[in-house]
Amino acid sequence: MTDTPLSLIRNFSIIAHIDHGKSTLADRMIQACGALTAREMTNQVLDNMELERERGITIKAQTVRLSYPAKDGKTYVLNLMDTPGHVDFAYEVSRSLAACEGSLLVVDASQGVEAQTLANVYQAIDANHEIVPVLNKVDLPAADVERVKAQIEEVIGIPADDAVEISAKTGLNIEGVLEAVVTRLPPPVGDAEKPLQAMLVDSWYDSYLGVIVLVRVKEGRLKRGMKMRMMSTGAVHQIDQVGVFSPRMTPVESLGPGEMGYINAAIKTVADCNVGDTITDDRRPAEHALEGFKPSIPVVWCGLFPIVADDFEKLRDSLAKLRLNDASFHYEAETSAALGFGFRCGFLGLLHLEIIQERLSREFDLDLIATAPSVVYRITRTNGQEEELHNPADMPDLSLIEQIYEPWIKATIMVPDEYLGAVLTLCTERRGVQVDLTYVGSRAMAVYRLPLNEVVFDFYDRLKSLTRGYASFDYQMDGYEESDLVRISILVNQEPVDALSFIAHRTAAETRGRAICARLKDLIPRQLFKIAIQAAIGSKVIARETIGALSKDVTAKCYGGDISRKRKLLEKQKEGKKRMRQFGKVEIPQSAFLAALKMDG
Amino acid sequence: MRETEPLALYIHWPFCLAKCPYCDFNSHVRERMPEARFAAALRTELAHDAARLGRRKLGSIFFGGGTPSLMAPESVAALIADATTLFEPLPDLEITLEANPTSVEAGRLSAFRQAGVNRVSLGIQALDDAALAFLGREHSARQALAALETARALFPRITFDLIYARPGQTLADWQAELDTALSLVADHVSLYQLTIEPGTKFEALYRTGAFTLPDEDAAATLYQETATVTARHGLADYEVSNYARPGSESRHNLTYWRYGDYLGLGPGAHGRITQGENLFATRRHRAPEPWADLVERTGTGQTSQEALDPTDRAREMLLMGLRVTEGVNTSRFTARTGLELHEALDPVILNAALEEGYLEQSAQTLRTTPEGRLRLEALLGALVL
Repeated sequence: MTDTPLSLIRNFSIIAHIDHGKSTLADRMIQACGALTAREMTNQVLDNMELERERGITIKAQTVRLSYPAKDGKTYVLNLMDTPGHVDFAYEVSRSLAACEGSLLVVDASQGVEAQTLANVYQAIDANHEIVPVLNKVDLPAADVERVKAQIEEVIGIPADDAVEISAKTGLNIEGVLEAVVTRLPPPVGDAEKPLQAMLVDSWYDSYLGVIVLVRVKEGRLKRGMKMRMMSTGAVHQIDQVGVFSPRMTPVESLGPGEMGYINAAIKTVADCNVGDTITDDRRPAEHALEGFKPSIPVVWCGLFPIVADDFEKLRDSLAKLRLNDASFHYEAETSAALGFGFRCGFLGLLHLEIIQERLSREFDLDLIATAPSVVYRITRTNGQEEELHNPADMPDLSLIEQIYEPWIKATIMVPDEYLGAVLTLCTERRGVQVDLTYVGSRAMAVYRLPLNEVVFDFYDRLKSLTRGYASFDYQMDGYEESDLVRISILVNQEPVDALSFIAHRTAAETRGRAICARLKDLIPRQLFKIAIQAAIGSKVIARETIGALSKDVTAKCYGGDISRKRKLLEKQKEGKKRMRQFGKVEIPQSAFLAALKMDG
Repeated sequence: MRETEPLALYIHWPFCLAKCPYCDFNSHVRERMPEARFAAALRTELAHDAARLGRRKLGSIFFGGGTPSLMAPESVAALIADATTLFEPLPDLEITLEANPTSVEAGRLSAFRQAGVNRVSLGIQALDDAALAFLGREHSARQALAALETARALFPRITFDLIYARPGQTLADWQAELDTALSLVADHVSLYQLTIEPGTKFEALYRTGAFTLPDEDAAATLYQETATVTARHGLADYEVSNYARPGSESRHNLTYWRYGDYLGLGPGAHGRITQGENLFATRRHRAPEPWADLVERTGTGQTSQEALDPTDRAREMLLMGLRVTEGVNTSRFTARTGLELHEALDPVILNAALEEGYLEQSAQTLRTTPEGRLRLEALLGALVL
């Protein structure tokens, strides 16, 4: 098993849009190769996190090793790599793809190519993959095989004539897929005698075994008992176990070039395992690391605060636990006058943010409130000092800023023709610059450059509602550009509400400032004193609302003797004040701020 | 502490002919009124507490309920006789009894007068038959006027209650009704806006949307207009819901509002009693029959006696004192609570409320303005530490 000739190995991934059948196809292939008995087979074996199954997306890369007796009489080792399926994890995807030589491009025969598919397939092409198109759901009445083949050729630019036509659901022509993997995808190359170079594809925390590292051996041989070295950090660990996923973890003596498997080496946290790093033999190290390593950097930041202040410690513990398994997300303690104690957290993207938030609430039973997401800005101060900024609270006074830069993205939006107008308007409103606009049948494909901060501000929700959910959207980071950005502070009776301040382009400042003031006016109940709500850039007020004092609040009858009851009511009122935030002479229920933030979506 | 201040005595009669749908007081309907038993138990409690307190000065007696006009006048007479013997009555001892204006009760007014009652409080509530029916009252508008007429002939001091801000009641309706009522008599009136109290029949009805109440702004207008109309009739707003000719204020209720000592007898009655350095909050068993059992076994129906700490006292004194126009006297506040007034108040809110015209302050007093009283709950909630 450890000495499989390179010619009998195939490493491949599956590229597909959500719902186009990636996981079902993977399950069928596992089943067909007998890796699991029917009883062991639960649907969608690879997506093993509850959230992954529910959302139909993959967060962690995984692999399964299959043994396939092909029609040519030989038995092949097929390593199926399940890659993270979202652009937030673009770098992780690129490393997973770099671990394979080919890809299956699964396209729903009735839906056609989607934006997300495109981004991933381009990444596979960048990784020099051989690509085999697979048309799924060909048994459905709505399937239009010829049209989708034409679309693949036209949009992606790869031949689709000999696309494999299947139905993953019914199991139709799974054999055809397996044969195509063997006959059309190239075997890996590598030399077992060279110094070890294994790519760290991903890692995760197993509560029994500790950190498990997923690797692809490029050159040399990875052996149990070896002292391995991480080339980016120089950290050395003794390898306790080497194995493969079949799909259960199965120990082996060693892994040769071209093989995929796992290492267990008493590594404490996944934070010590950088995706894309090169693992080598400490005694006989490789001269160079593999190409393409990048440390992961958060792109989107937001504050996370417990709704119940007492949950702060629990939140800290939960974040630490999550980080055990996801080193790509960052957190640091933060204090807000409006929301109390919480954490400033950095994510790879909006979906990543959403996933972490949801896991905190679901797996750790925490009620949280998130402040509006912020991107990472770059600032050059007038004194020449350069810094990064991801919290509006840290933005220096405009007079101290020489230049400020914001990140841009290149977005691909595919949308039925009838909604195109609305989508173009939305992109223009959000300072978008059109790069390309093409048609694929009745679907338009618009490519735009957009400032990321316009996208984190309810762009998905607007896109979804404008297109009734028919648009598909994908993006990649596309550099920084200088911009005219300002911090908008929201003031309640002249005191700033830190949690509500945000950074926006000067042209959008007034509209958004006015919207937040109006929303707060609806959310904050009338009080003893009138309340002024203002949005301001520096000391300049750009929007204003006033909440009048309440007009009557007095108990008509006070049953003389029973003062205790009145006092108890007062004490209860004071208890309720613990959830209030004082702004000078007025107290705003925290719930109003929470509601204001929630409406940001 | 001042044990020398005259005591106010409250006597609770917990029974009614019917439970009014808005009422959340400790009142109960019984098929047969256990008159003798309850009168005896009240006298037992009175004797018991008088023995404990010593012969203190007595400034007022108040028979409340429930419906104390359902009591036998002899019982009222006996309690008054006991009280004035066991304590040392002030020469101008105020003795108030709450009465409903049904014909039966009106017929006993003269007997109550003879028993020693010198002030009657009539539960008129409305001068409109449809409104009276809605409020679940057992009397008509005509009976109310007749009762008022009878009372006027008998008692030196009269007060009555009206409930306003009723469903559908316009400002003009209320002005007219109040004008009629005030032209009839009275050196004192209690004018309450209808509120929906938890556990009442109205609460259930209100929740189903059976009726609506004036909104906050309309209620504010009604409230302000009420003070205007009463002022025209020479009655000043001396408490949130109470209006009187100068000198005719309810002395008994002022004891509550000034946070003086009062002894509460009968089911569910509360008391505030100074003894030595302590100010005790006392409470009687709330359910009528168990209360009576307790009195018969132990001489008192008291179920709890709690010494109030300075913070509790300060809160209570402010909750009550800022309801009255005269406000809180600062030296009395310190004597009564052990705290300086400023120690009990949020300075930021105090300044803002003074600036906004909700409060007025002098060296000797802190008091609410009409604007402040209009928003008293919010003001107290923010101001009182």
